[in-house]
Amino acid sequence: MDKRTAEEIPGQVDDELTPTKKPSGFYGGLRLPTDKHALAGQPLREAPLADEIVLPLSQHAGLPAIPSVRVGQAVLRGERIADPDGFISAAVHASTSGTVVAIEDRTVPHPSGLNAPCIVLRPDQEDRWCEPDPVIGAYHTEDPVRVRQRVRDAGIAGLGGAVFPTSTKLTARADVHMHTLILNGAECDPEISCDETLMHWRPNDIIAGARIILHVLQVNRCVIGIEEDKPQCEQALRTAVSEFDDDRFEVVRVPAIYPEGSERQLIQALSGHEVPSNGLPLDIGFVCVNVATAAAVKTAIIDGRALTERTVTVTGQGVREPANVVSRLGTPLSTLIEVCGGYKEDAERLVIGGAMMGFAVGHDNIPVVKACNSVLVMTAAESRPATDIRPCIRCGECARVCPSKLLPQQLYWYAGSHDHERLERFNIFDCIECGCCDYVCPSNIRLAQHFRYAKAEITVRDADRERAQLAKHRFENRDKRQTLDANERAEQLAEKKRQAAAALDIHKRRQVIDEVMERVKAKERASRNQDSTDTR
Amino acid sequence: MKFQVEPAPHTFGSKPVPEIMRDVLIAMFPAILVYVWYFGFGIVINTVIAAAVALASEALILRLRGKNLSLYLGDYSAIVTAILLAFSLPPLTPWYVTAIATLFAVVFAKHLYGGLGFNLFNPAMAGYVLVLIAFPTAMADLWIAPRGMGDGLGLGQTLVAILAAAPPDAWDALSSATPLSRVQSDLSKAMTMSEISSEPMMSIGAWLWINLTVALGGLYLLFRGVIRWHIPVAVVFGIGLLATVFYFVDVDRYPSPIFHLTTGAAMLGAFFIATDPVSAATSTRGRLIYGFGIGALAYIIRTWGAYPDGIAFAVLLMNMTVPAIDYFTIPTAYGTRDD
Ligand code: SF4
Ligand code: SF4
Repeated sequence: MDKRTAEEIPGQVDDELTPTKKPSGFYGGLRLPTDKHALAGQPLREAPLADEIVLPLSQHAGLPAIPSVRVGQAVLRGERIADPDGFISAAVHASTSGTVVAIEDRTVPHPSGLNAPCIVLRPDQEDRWCEPDPVIGAYHTEDPVRVRQRVRDAGIAGLGGAVFPTSTKLTARADVHMHTLILNGAECDPEISCDETLMHWRPNDIIAGARIILHVLQVNRCVIGIEEDKPQCEQALRTAVSEFDDDRFEVVRVPAIYPEGSERQLIQALSGHEVPSNGLPLDIGFVCVNVATAAAVKTAIIDGRALTERTVTVTGQGVREPANVVSRLGTPLSTLIEVCGGYKEDAERLVIGGAMMGFAVGHDNIPVVKACNSVLVMTAAESRPATDIRPCIRCGECARVCPSKLLPQQLYWYAGSHDHERLERFNIFDCIECGCCDYVCPSNIRLAQHFRYAKAEITVRDADRERAQLAKHRFENRDKRQTLDANERAEQLAEKKRQAAAALDIHKRRQVIDEVMERVKAKERASRNQDSTDTR
Repeated sequence: MKFQVEPAPHTFGSKPVPEIMRDVLIAMFPAILVYVWYFGFGIVINTVIAAAVALASEALILRLRGKNLSLYLGDYSAIVTAILLAFSLPPLTPWYVTAIATLFAVVFAKHLYGGLGFNLFNPAMAGYVLVLIAFPTAMADLWIAPRGMGDGLGLGQTLVAILAAAPPDAWDALSSATPLSRVQSDLSKAMTMSEISSEPMMSIGAWLWINLTVALGGLYLLFRGVIRWHIPVAVVFGIGLLATVFYFVDVDRYPSPIFHLTTGAAMLGAFFIATDPVSAATSTRGRLIYGFGIGALAYIIRTWGAYPDGIAFAVLLMNMTVPAIDYFTIPTAYGTRDD
């Protein structure tokens, strides 16, 4: 375990990343056991066409896409069926040819288990592609803005799991000097190997995609961070780089410590710099893109194809033949499991994402989305027991492994007493919910879950305050308003409408949060009754 | 197919609390053997008495508080408290003194604060200090001479002495002071350290060996990841630093750092008592301060205080400072350094 502290790292942020000095690692983290290497070298499997394809409108961070098709309309693979709603949003494309049979709420892969709007396709089983977009072969002579627009048109969002719209991420900001593109080749959870497989089989696509991104960003430096336990991938990428003969690239080995795949930790490991709290990597001049995203950019620009499929790792003790499966977006998880030989008898938990950060779902009739890097089927023997939760003994192991350098034991204490002031003073919003603290806790406390809950609580409180502030403000202004001239009044009316819309939005958000919290509470009640202990 | 829905993470790699406590018991074992070799079976009998009282009172309180009995009793923490107490008390401590110390430790120091995890003070030390103050003569006079000095006591005699709460016949021939109290009283008679060192009891290795085996157990805990190095190192440094400084100030009036580190509860304090996570500071920096404080205070109390050993008081005093230490040693979170 790397116990180096941040004190040893220069605090000043300069333009130069110095990865040729030994990467300094990051604070905390875990060396997790891993057996994925058997999987990474294996050939990819392909998921067959399902009877029904369900494409959620919100497969990315930001506002959901707006459907641009009607029920009954025939679509081809690659055809755009929903448009982005604003700057932070992404398009959705049909992942096969067929007919739109419904636009309705379906279960989506989300920790809340809630339903959300989806476009439902009935495939015609022919899988016909639409005309590819005109290829931009000589992209380096093309206007970066136009190339970026194509990335946006292809519906690409960060495929590492955070699904932030890629074109948004590739937009420069006037106030910062962007200097380095980081290609994230570190897997988030150790049992996930979809990125590793990609680096193994398609290294040239990754480098080609990264070259396009460098052009879009107008940056001359790309550092590929790759974990030290993946020498074959490192070799494959090095070979690809030398084939392109591009000296802007540098492949750097980083320690295989979870959560290396988290961009904040990877940036710290590569450069020694910390991304400011509440800030973005861009604030210190970095843009961090997952290797799979880079490959998708290549497909969009060089092949003219939108994002309609992704590689998903299907693994765990509960599935018969673990494999990496190329699946069309919208394919139900059940199809992926079938491709992998089905469940074993003792399968007990179905997790979307990895064992550390993924979320469990109750059934497998849930579609693969852009964020879905892994499906994990766990057995009772390997999954964390739901009972035997004891009081915190303040052993401090959690603080020792927290990559955000927080004190989870104190946060837990304050979360229990709903002490929002202290929670914020102890930087709860810098918790990346990596679960390292849970992993080592001898009392088996669900720390990360408490922190998710506490954050939601504070967010709701802040929204409430905001609303109250707004109401007060409007009340105070009432007198003044009566004397305003017509022009101003019209303006104020518009403003009021905007505020009302915002309040409504907050209200909607609040509803969702309420529902999530209700579920969490019910869950906690249930488990508390189960072992009839009260931890607090 | 229906699946279990539980929050992430779904995997775990921790050592559960019962296993931690079990490791502590294993780590204590060699030291107990050495203790028995030098001082007879008193410590074993005291442990049994303390453990019985601890488990019974803990069970009763858990029941009163409506807690899950098997979950909490099964964490072995009551047994650990019992052993630490037995280790601190003289071998012939009357049974009721042990019982009172244990009762106070479990009921007042632990459960009135909310049970394991919530106690401000180290329960074993709170119990020990209570009887130290309440029964000063029993605490001071019931040490027997270690093997190599006296004849020692058989199991039967020891049992009778403890249960009848009276020293055995011919006690004067059997009893002996501990090196720490001897040094303290001799120094107050204006003897020099070199004179004191030539007394026969000072060359008996009892306390040296006990401290060494305790330290060995501590290394085992470090190796098993049950404790981390910060507190033990800081305690040893605290005692060692002050002892060295004063040793060089006046070799005749201040015992050597080696003596300080290998007598009394020095190693027990460093590895087993100060490292009790519940009542210790929580951040790494905090723990270094906390440990150093215990070491330094223990030396001060040993040297200028009224009691021969200062570990227990030092631990309790530093327990009180924990909230303040924790407050001032919050680590700088990732990305917040410039704030
Ligand atoms: S690891 Fe668990 S028991 Fe230990 S301090 Fe953290 S929350 Fe408490
Ligand atoms: S979940 Fe949050 S508190 Fe726990 S280790 Fe990760 S960042 Fe730290």
